Amino acid sequence: MSIDISIDGQVYKARDGATLVDVAAENGVYIPSLCYVRGKPGLGTCRTCSVRVNGKVMTACTVPVADGMDVEVSEPGMAEMRKMLVELLFSEGNHNCPSCEKSGRCELQSLGYELGMMVSRFPYRFPVRTREHAAKQIWLERDRCIFCQRCVKFVRNLETGQKIFSIDHRGSRASIEIDVSLADKMPPEQVREAAHLCPVGCIVEKGVGYNKPIGQRRFEIKSIRERALERKCR
Amino acid sequence: MGKKLVIDPVTRIEGHGRVTVHLDEDNRVIDAKLHVVEFRGFEKFIQGHPYWEAPVLLQRVCGICFVSHHLAGAKALDDIIGAGYSTGVQMLPTAEKVRRLGHYGQQLQSHVTAYFYLIVPEMLFGMDAPPEQRNVLGLVEANPDLIKRVVALRKWGQEVIKTVFGKRMHGISSIPGGVNKGISIAERNRLLNGEKGLLSIGQVIDYAQDGLRLFHEFHEKHRKQVDGFAEVPALNMSLVDDNGNVDYYHGRLRIVNKNRETVFELDYHDYLDYFAEATEKWSYMKFPYLKKLGREAGAVRVGPLARVNVTKSYGGSTPLAQAALERFQAYTNGKANDMTLHTNWARAIEILHSAELIKALLNDPDLQGEQLTLEPPESAWTGKGVGVVEAPRGTLLHHYQANEEGAITSANLVVATTQNNTVINRTVRAVAEEYLGGQAEITEGMMNAVEVGIRAYDPCLSCATHAMGQMPLVVSVHDAQGRVVDERVR
Repeated sequence: MSIDISIDGQVYKARDGATLVDVAAENGVYIPSLCYVRGKPGLGTCRTCSVRVNGKVMTACTVPVADGMDVEVSEPGMAEMRKMLVELLFSEGNHNCPSCEKSGRCELQSLGYELGMMVSRFPYRFPVRTREHAAKQIWLERDRCIFCQRCVKFVRNLETGQKIFSIDHRGSRASIEIDVSLADKMPPEQVREAAHLCPVGCIVEKGVGYNKPIGQRRFEIKSIRERALERKCR
Repeated sequence: MGKKLVIDPVTRIEGHGRVTVHLDEDNRVIDAKLHVVEFRGFEKFIQGHPYWEAPVLLQRVCGICFVSHHLAGAKALDDIIGAGYSTGVQMLPTAEKVRRLGHYGQQLQSHVTAYFYLIVPEMLFGMDAPPEQRNVLGLVEANPDLIKRVVALRKWGQEVIKTVFGKRMHGISSIPGGVNKGISIAERNRLLNGEKGLLSIGQVIDYAQDGLRLFHEFHEKHRKQVDGFAEVPALNMSLVDDNGNVDYYHGRLRIVNKNRETVFELDYHDYLDYFAEATEKWSYMKFPYLKKLGREAGAVRVGPLARVNVTKSYGGSTPLAQAALERFQAYTNGKANDMTLHTNWARAIEILHSAELIKALLNDPDLQGEQLTLEPPESAWTGKGVGVVEAPRGTLLHHYQANEEGAITSANLVVATTQNNTVINRTVRAVAEEYLGGQAEITEGMMNAVEVGIRAYDPCLSCATHAMGQMPLVVSVHDAQGRVVDERVR
């Protein structure tokens, strides 16, 4: 059923129940997001798609649209809040873009550029995180994890559906973990998909790095905004 | 009462250091040292990182010769995965030639920076000229046409780097077993033919010859000063090919004596069998030496002067550089040249040599080859690798070990400036004795002479200590009681 919603004062037609972040993109309105993967259930973990819905701050990747919904995306306070959220993600981990093999293909980095972030306004935590490299094909660079949980939810054993990644502990002690025995059963294509699914350079395919020349990397060809808006209805 | 002179910081070099000169009651030089006062620790913090990150992370040790670090690291990685020279594997022609192209581009760019921006001011204005004039801005005022050519020449070198590595600084090209891209016909033609705002290869070679002529003219006018300034005996080391000619990218390490006779020749993978590194309390920079000869006799010189002393010739593909080399080698009747300021002559020759090498490479269709990487089987894994290249400042070595999970467990970098440490200190002493010893009054120009001696090596103290920090240098003079009586701090 077609409904009407308002985004930044403009009324758009939408399918009832569709996800707000998708509806916005289909109508040419970019809402930044990190944990959200189109076609999969919204996770709402990274909060970078926060918008104001009927006066309340909500994550656009978890909100189904409803008739008469009033959405504020580009209101300056909301835009600033989203930028702060991205800055917090940078402050929380150890993100060393210059030597990261995901540089140019990293969604967090691309979002930082997109939002005009020059430096985080928050003090860097410099957490001490160990690397996990026991799996044959996967190197887990925990310094870069933003706990989006894409891997936790969407990367599973192809036969049993068991989770391969998980998060241990909570808060500042949270840690991304890998089930090495299950990871070693992943076919190479699935490893590649997992590395691609990771929005940062946390899941790395062992021995494979920097194989895309500078200038030809994903977000150097097309920005994260342009990629999100490719879904725009024509 | 004796004196202590201090130059702090030494300027127009890459890195942070100071010089102290101790004089006795009669103002004779008792001691003179170059102290390198920065510390960084790249060898430590690369540990635990995945091996394939090493050439990308470790190139950040330097903003000048990052290509050399990237390539030395890449060669070490080739060894680690079993696609390197240590296992007898020959790199694919496209990969090796792309690496060489980037390497020569950086050598040209780096030498142009050192020679014209850092060294030529003294050649044009003299060591006693006021500091306000003795710099690149002074050159702009005195000879704007020269500076325009220099800027264009340096830019062209940077464009070669950008073409290969994707960025002018800290780009990425080499990956384990090869490179991530070749050179397209359009990229090649742009560098060969130039475009608006970019020189053609013909102009690059012309301008490189201008640089060499500049040295020759200066030498003609100031032969006594240039030849007599800090003649410092040392062994000379360089990578050479099978013909005994310098090879900036790969070969065996050859060490020659005053008669240019080979004293040692080694596969660089065996460097630990030949070299040891001494340390001193007063410097973070180590002092490598040949174990068999000991610290004094076993100190080697590396870099442009060493290379032109070691190489038999340049082969046939670079005729202009070959002629320049022959003139250089004839000047000392075929003996090794120990005259410190002739390093600048050698550097000017190498600018021309790099330009001609690049020209030959750009015309090589292998650059457009499609096979870019070797992919050895897992069983070929060795977990250890050594990479050596001739960086602009001399022989650069990266040595890594990685565990079976792919984590770097140890890294050792022996960089050119470190190799030159003993020879630079000898130079400081020689210049101090010549210019400061026995003088009733120490002038700014005399202190600058010490810096001129150091600058001839174009030392990179940041690389040499693998350290973080700023770059300036200090010269200090101490009296017999150890008090500082004169100091230059910049």
